[in-house]
Amino acid sequence: MSTRLRARRWIVGIIAILVSIVVFLVPFAFVILQAAKTPAEASNLNFALPTKWVFFENLTAVLQTNDGIVITAFINSVLLTVFSVAVMVVFAAMVGYVLQRKRTRWNPVINFFVLAGLIVPPAVVPTIWLLQGLGIFKTLFSGVVIEATFGLSFSILLFRAFVATIPRELDEAAVIDGAGPIRLFFQVVLPLLRPVIVTVIVVQAVAVFNDFQNPLYFLPGSDLATVQLTLYNFQSQTLSQFNLLFMDILLITIPPLVLYIFFNRQIVAGMTSGAIKG
Amino acid sequence: MTTTAVPVQSLPAGPSRRGSTRRARRSVYPSWFYIPAIALYVVFFAVPTFASFYFAFTRWSLFDSTFIGFDNFVQFFQDPQLVNGFIHTFEYGFSTSAIKVVLGLALAILLTSPVLGRGYLRAVVFFPVLVSTIGVGFIFKNLLDPFHGMVNAVLGAVGLPKPGWFTDPNMALGTIAGVDVWKGVGIATLIFMAGIVAIPQEYYEAARMDGASSWRIFRSITLPLSRPAMGTVIILSLIGGLRSFDVIWATTNGGPGFASDVIASVIYKEYQFGLYGLSTAGNVILFLVVTAIMVPISWFINRKEVEL
Repeated sequence: MSTRLRARRWIVGIIAILVSIVVFLVPFAFVILQAAKTPAEASNLNFALPTKWVFFENLTAVLQTNDGIVITAFINSVLLTVFSVAVMVVFAAMVGYVLQRKRTRWNPVINFFVLAGLIVPPAVVPTIWLLQGLGIFKTLFSGVVIEATFGLSFSILLFRAFVATIPRELDEAAVIDGAGPIRLFFQVVLPLLRPVIVTVIVVQAVAVFNDFQNPLYFLPGSDLATVQLTLYNFQSQTLSQFNLLFMDILLITIPPLVLYIFFNRQIVAGMTSGAIKG
Repeated sequence: MTTTAVPVQSLPAGPSRRGSTRRARRSVYPSWFYIPAIALYVVFFAVPTFASFYFAFTRWSLFDSTFIGFDNFVQFFQDPQLVNGFIHTFEYGFSTSAIKVVLGLALAILLTSPVLGRGYLRAVVFFPVLVSTIGVGFIFKNLLDPFHGMVNAVLGAVGLPKPGWFTDPNMALGTIAGVDVWKGVGIATLIFMAGIVAIPQEYYEAARMDGASSWRIFRSITLPLSRPAMGTVIILSLIGGLRSFDVIWATTNGGPGFASDVIASVIYKEYQFGLYGLSTAGNVILFLVVTAIMVPISWFINRKEVEL
């Protein structure tokens, strides 16, 4: 029985690995190969090895295109991501905490609006109209508040579920020891939320950094372009230069990848204790 | 995530605590903690949403608007191309969600079993989640190019027909859905894995002791006990699928013709044309579609969870 099981494990594993090579590794390898080719070779779009590796030449070429628009876009994207995720974490943690701890007749109402924020698609043109009315349209600030607002609901759900796993007795002990509401939250509860904070940061940072639709609507113009917008414009401008297009894809995948490699284990921890067991 | 209403009721509210210190509790969990989030939510989400219900009934240039009644909606549902986008939204949302549920569950079972190369497989399935949708769209647009693409070169070499993945009007939407699944199945797998890992190992041991087959174990233990995870996957993937825009815009721009348009891409096209009233009407329609589908589904899923 056990040898049969082990044999099956091997066979299933080998099949899975073969399938994964075709389905996942080939597309990744394709990107890396194209990014290392000369424009002429890259335009063939085939899987052949480059006859001449020009990986670093392509890298500098991408960074120099349009007076370094890629670098500007990187700065914009990083600023947008850092600030909007910071706002999401602090605001959503506060809501998730009080919403889970305090029972009032308002709870169902707030829960309803949290869920509505997750489900309802944002009204695009009225939002632009609003931003213009407030005089902040075409500013990075408006991008930050928009991304933060659209990410609030999901973050609140993660925080609320995780707060439920922290025993109330802890709050009571802190209160008996003389902690006020502010100290209770920031010095007792917030440190315990670390796993879910990491989850929220990684999930939302990847979402904001990779977002295309909201910057497309709310951050028009090359000054405010994010990396996804520049990648999209790259396609129409440099049709013959597939090598640079794929180098750009490679380049802008690095930040999410680094984030994930660093926090890999903790993301799963935050997800399991937070979202699933609820 | 799906357990929204559940923990609210099931939490122990100590009876002694309730009576004695209502005042004290109020001060310990300050209500003003809601205020920053509510301010953002009201100004940048609720106000535009409510405004959309007015502007959808107007001819609108952002500076002035003329009330025209239901004209925008009539135009939306008389234009066969816009109706197409309406129908595609359902097809796309339900098909991607269903495939993600089935594939995600299968992959999660595989990747929680002691299979060969498990760490590698987990990493490789999750990696596309980190790549931007635009990047993924461009990769497949080139791999699946009908004339130069690698996939068709391979198919041609072994004598198979070479389909026009993104260029054949009958295939475009399905191809995009496939790309969407390729990118998103990692999240579904991760959520299912978390759910399966949480199932107590004793159940499996007891079932094996009783001589249950693998299929029986799946039917009677894994499937019912990963239902919360399944609820989460269904809700998240359906919301994402019905509102999908990035992957469509990166691959076909809704084309060829209008063959892969969905409501979200129609909204953008009308916006580009400066038809803000019509664009906003599209937004209201998308709002109604998503709400009409999601509210009963999330209610149903939450109700099931209470019974468990």
